[in-house]
Amino acid sequence: MITKRIIPCLDVKNGRVVKGVNFRGLNDVSSPIELARYYSDNGADELVFYDITASFEERKLFTDILRAVASEIFIPLTVGGGISTVDDFDRVLKCGADKVSVNSGAISNPSLIEDAAKKYGNQCVVLSVDVKRVDGKFKVFSKGGRENTNIDALEWIKNGVEQGAGEIVVNSIDTDGVKRGFDIEMLRAVLEIVNVPVIASGGAGCTQDFIDLFKQLPSIDAGLAASVFHFGEIKINDLKKTLKENDILVRL
Amino acid sequence: MIAIVDYGVGNLYSLSSSLKFIGEDVVVTGEKDKIARADKMILPGVGAFSDAMKKLTDSGIADIIKEQANLGKDIMGICLGMQLLFEKSYEYGEHKGLSLLKGNIVPLEGYIDKRLKIPHIGWNSLKFERESKLFKYINEGDYVYFVHSYYACECSESIIASTSYDKPVTAAVQKENIYGCQFHPEKSGAVGLNILRAFCER
Repeated sequence: MITKRIIPCLDVKNGRVVKGVNFRGLNDVSSPIELARYYSDNGADELVFYDITASFEERKLFTDILRAVASEIFIPLTVGGGISTVDDFDRVLKCGADKVSVNSGAISNPSLIEDAAKKYGNQCVVLSVDVKRVDGKFKVFSKGGRENTNIDALEWIKNGVEQGAGEIVVNSIDTDGVKRGFDIEMLRAVLEIVNVPVIASGGAGCTQDFIDLFKQLPSIDAGLAASVFHFGEIKINDLKKTLKENDILVRL
Repeated sequence: MIAIVDYGVGNLYSLSSSLKFIGEDVVVTGEKDKIARADKMILPGVGAFSDAMKKLTDSGIADIIKEQANLGKDIMGICLGMQLLFEKSYEYGEHKGLSLLKGNIVPLEGYIDKRLKIPHIGWNSLKFERESKLFKYINEGDYVYFVHSYYACECSESIIASTSYDKPVTAAVQKENIYGCQFHPEKSGAVGLNILRAFCER
């Protein structure tokens, strides 16, 4: 059977990985290529690259880096950040991305998911959603989680899948950065309404959080995190060994 | 020289990079004489079966692939490229394939438990069904990366590995010089590179 995936996420700005990285044994801890190689060699099932730059020149640098990563890292690569048109899909797919993640771009361009899915297939389109509870309801936030769009998150996700999103990343703003575990309640609500892979993001602080995620939500497909991996607080291979000891199927 | 057949579908960057990474000379081409001159051919593919088959036929590449394969040249189909090697596909209708292998392409939907997600996306393990040169550097149980909604059936003549997604699903095939992988070796880490290495060996 298919394994649960563990996915590190790398935020890239000006050609460097940001969000402080602290690894022993790496010469250049903020080189996207070195980090990608390290993760690929140490059990990551997939890599996510977020382009957090704004200018055209920096975007060009991002795609150069992506191409360099894709020329020597042979696991699935997902790219997000600044994707608002089908041309943006084209730009990163040509550089070796396998999947493209859309977030705010799907809000500003309502036909983006459908257009991209028609051209590249559903498996290529990942809908990433930043969700926060407002008065007890799940709401979609845009602009990196700063702005409440007032869109109902569950409706939005359901609609996204109908338009052709082949995978959903649910990032809980409520648990993000708190390191007290994934947002099980929010993820359960999403799993109940869609039948495409769902990736949990936001809240991982320790190995137990991943065990809880996969034990409490058997149909969740993957756990995504950034800083706990970058800071070496959790080593992916060790995490996967522990998951296996807990009867959770992983690729070792 | 390995020719990656370029017929206008899909992203060939990772595939060509992976072959270069293991030290092979690669040409990505849709030109018939270059395909004919190559030592081996790789047929990639993503998207819909009928679109891909139409492009192969209209460009004349289908004929050159069949001619070269029948002359004994090694060919490996990957993902949709593997499916194209078979006789027929039932993806949105009924479409003829290259017929280099016996068998048909049918949907996972209706075959596997309906609670399971389709496409079958992710890392799944290989169960060997027959010996093959492709497995020279890998072990049974190794994980490879799948993304697909259709699978090859009635292919007992060529199946060399299966994977389990509730039920057995064809993962790799070989009959003489005709090879195919349903999964993506170019996205399957060291295991995938080792499969490509075995295929490329003279």
